[in-house]
Amino acid sequence: MKNDYDIIVVGAGPAGSIAARSAAEKGVSVLMLEKDRDVGYPVRCGEAISKAGVEEFIQPNEKWICAKISQFCFVAPDKSEVWIEFGDAGFVLERKIFDYELAQTAAAAGTEIITRCYVYDLIIENGKVCGVKYESQGEKKEVRSKIVIAADGVESRVGRWAGLKTEIDFREMESAVQITAANIPINQNALYFYFGQNVAPNGYFWIFPKGNNSANIGLGVSGIVGKKKSALSFLNDFMNEHYPNAPILTQIAGGVPCSLTLEKISAPGIMLVGDAARQVNPLSGGGIASGMIGGSIAGKIAAEAILKNNLDHILSYDRAWNDRLGKRHEIFNRIKNGIYNFSDDTFNSLAKTFIKVPLEKRTLGRLFTQALINKPSLLVEVAKVFVI
Amino acid sequence: MNYRMAKTGKLMIEILPNKCDFCGCCVGVCPEDAIELKEAEISIIDERCTNCSKCIWSCPIEVIKFNKNGLPKVVSYEK
Repeated sequence: MKNDYDIIVVGAGPAGSIAARSAAEKGVSVLMLEKDRDVGYPVRCGEAISKAGVEEFIQPNEKWICAKISQFCFVAPDKSEVWIEFGDAGFVLERKIFDYELAQTAAAAGTEIITRCYVYDLIIENGKVCGVKYESQGEKKEVRSKIVIAADGVESRVGRWAGLKTEIDFREMESAVQITAANIPINQNALYFYFGQNVAPNGYFWIFPKGNNSANIGLGVSGIVGKKKSALSFLNDFMNEHYPNAPILTQIAGGVPCSLTLEKISAPGIMLVGDAARQVNPLSGGGIASGMIGGSIAGKIAAEAILKNNLDHILSYDRAWNDRLGKRHEIFNRIKNGIYNFSDDTFNSLAKTFIKVPLEKRTLGRLFTQALINKPSLLVEVAKVFVI
Repeated sequence: MNYRMAKTGKLMIEILPNKCDFCGCCVGVCPEDAIELKEAEISIIDERCTNCSKCIWSCPIEVIKFNKNGLPKVVSYEK
């Protein structure tokens, strides 16, 4: 390990690894620091991702694919099910292995990686971030860099230390809890989404297959709901009703920042990626693919800035992100606000209408059209999706 | 009795040490950057905390409690 790098990446999740890889591929020196003992563990994620989201960055591999998804099942509050077929839409991942493998690709590109390195502060000189202070093996140390990429996840403290406003409104934080349970007899090629005040108010409850009849079962609730009833309490109610004796293989908690991207995701010497930048798709809560996209944009721009010897170039990252996904997330966020406020009756009547559509004619678009009939003001938002 | 002092008087936010999953929800919503989270250690930075309770509402597994009596300086974990 050197005491000076071109780029330091804090956090070795998917966004961090892709940022590190994208930069290292251009020939600059990169160090990636991970606070936990292992890259990829503990997992804090439902683990579903679209096929396209994976393929942009890594060749799909059976080693980390638990289930191949070709169907969605939406379950209305009255328990009526709406099925939609997709072809090969996506995967449920084994994130432990997926994250590990992504970090290996970053290493293959030349990134140095150290785990159990807790970054507790930044080195800031003349208003510019110049490195990090970290704790490793009980010792406090420092390492310098021209650019720091903060991929420190939902906590997002590194950006704060650089003066960026990363705090997320508690109403937009989906506090989530999930178990991986065995003996869950569901369709292993379908993602299940449950809606309704009793299962997951202002959000959704999910069951995602993980192969061998096991499944990720969980939900997220906004802090507004959490004030009265916690995510854990909703999950326990659901399990008692549906799968009271299912063996529990894992239970995890986690936070999904379902908001707009932060107003500023770069500043002199620092860039934010992934959950730390709030790059999650606010409608679905999915953050793996969008985090990797944010990471790749940031990594490339950071390397260019080093190679051009023009560190101000990193400030173009905000705009590049907004053009690729940020603006689209603004629309998703408005749609989320429309749909998540649907009453149970609206969801039920929506399901009832949609079930009459023959299976081969069901598409997400058509389902959405039905949603519009129930809430015409959403039409304006949808129009914007096509106009922008 | 000696109490831990927050920015706004007695510290009333209590993280139950043995129940936490170290997921980071509370850290993400804390407006004061008053929660320190390491691999499997979590603590409140007393002098920054304003007892605003957003961490309590955002905790998915009910690990953070509001203790209106305030937290005594020496915390004993034994019952």
